[in-house]
Amino acid sequence: MTMAHPTPPPPRQGGLALRLIGVVPPVLMQPALGRIVRRIAALHPSIFQRLGDCRSATFVIEPRDMGFALVLRPDPANPQLRAVKRDAIPDHRARISGDFLTLLALVDAGADGDALFFSRDLTVSGDTEAVVRLRNALDDVEGSIAGDAAALFGPPGQFLLSRLRDAAANVTPKEGPHAI
Amino acid sequence: MPFDEPAIAELVCPAGTPAALRTAVDAGADAVYCGFQNETNARNFPGLNFTPEELEASVAYAHDRGAKVLLALNTYPPAGRFALWRDAADTGARLGVDAFIVADIGVAAHIARAHPGKRLHLSVQAAASSPEAIRYYCNEFGVRRVVLPRILTIPEIRKIKREIPCEIETFIFGNHGLMVEGRCSLTNYATGCSTNMDGVCSPAADVEYAREEDGSLSTRLGAFTIDRFGPGDTAGYPTICKGRYLAPARPEGYYAFEEPVSLNLSQLLPELIDAGVNAFKIEGRQRSRSYIRTVVSTFRDAVDDIRAGVLPDMADLLALTEGQKQTQGAFETKKWR
Repeated sequence: MTMAHPTPPPPRQGGLALRLIGVVPPVLMQPALGRIVRRIAALHPSIFQRLGDCRSATFVIEPRDMGFALVLRPDPANPQLRAVKRDAIPDHRARISGDFLTLLALVDAGADGDALFFSRDLTVSGDTEAVVRLRNALDDVEGSIAGDAAALFGPPGQFLLSRLRDAAANVTPKEGPHAI
Repeated sequence: MPFDEPAIAELVCPAGTPAALRTAVDAGADAVYCGFQNETNARNFPGLNFTPEELEASVAYAHDRGAKVLLALNTYPPAGRFALWRDAADTGARLGVDAFIVADIGVAAHIARAHPGKRLHLSVQAAASSPEAIRYYCNEFGVRRVVLPRILTIPEIRKIKREIPCEIETFIFGNHGLMVEGRCSLTNYATGCSTNMDGVCSPAADVEYAREEDGSLSTRLGAFTIDRFGPGDTAGYPTICKGRYLAPARPEGYYAFEEPVSLNLSQLLPELIDAGVNAFKIEGRQRSRSYIRTVVSTFRDAVDDIRAGVLPDMADLLALTEGQKQTQGAFETKKWR
């Protein structure tokens, strides 16, 4: 009584921006990722209250169409976000996987995590409670985490995000269940 | 923002966080329902809900924009723990919430006695589906609105309306809950946690997703595998009532209780109003701001169109439904499966 995807996904826009991110070696991402996570933590300290005892947990966020994964440790005293090669993912408490644009849409408040789970575009494994806590903590952030991150890098960051948003528009629920 | 006159097609919307509440208000909610971060409400999920300070600020935000805030205290206090519910009610009253959504008669009695000016709404968790039961709550506690279980046809709702002295609220979108709500013990059986007293159905700590080598996804709750989705299948929530089971008579596996499917009554709104429904409820305090924004604004436009005598042109909400399937359930016919 379940339903398969009846139509193929539409072609994506913003492919150049995606390719650009895909070719950056993880080691070169570290300074930017460090700035981003510290900035988000400073702007939105209420995140940590909702995370509860998961503040010391290690989360892996895995864009399946990229050669890297992100490792997040939302410790308020020392928040960490770093990129690792997909064959070097460390031990972790929970893992969230989806296409890069799907994950971007989630942190840009442009898509519903449950709907993406229903459509199987998002998968989670490990400690489900930690995933739920992280999801709820991030969803209580006013505005867009992606927007806050892009603002750190001025007009180039804003331009890159706008191109990615064009592409990620295809993953919002308004575009239908089989858009990605 | 008067609450004295009977409501007409009031849009009652969910909020699991302060940001979601602001999103609901901005998207056109007439009222927003929410709960505290504890067992006093039936969405006691990790990282969800409001501190008293957050609720105070949220009430101010809603009231400044003409929206009401309804506080869900819709679980059942176990013996010896009533103080948590009593304190939540007293805090909600102090912070200025517009109504309490209750299920337990002790909680209802406390609010009726200690806060006589506050409205009481009877939660779907009370499972009051007969005029006799609803009248009891109205007569004993002054209940002003009943949230009906999702098991009634529109003709049945019309008949009940003639026989009760309070407003009716019905769910119009979201979870298609068909269990006898407030009495369901399936989660308790599988995990030891009570949906009705701990406020959590399928607690996340007991849920495990396992991706198999062939791309299928198995969902486990406690010691039980409750479903397995093929590589191309859509998925549902990890609740026992939406699980698929093997039985001697159904060796291929089947949905023994109900299927992963969401209620969507967007096509029945005029009929519901005509039957005497005063308020439309959207389910989903556990959902994201994106869901809230899309669903609330869609139904806001629809209700405004109906009030203006125009047939609403509803946007497609299928993408947000559980299992990407929707139904009008018992509201259309009791033979919906």
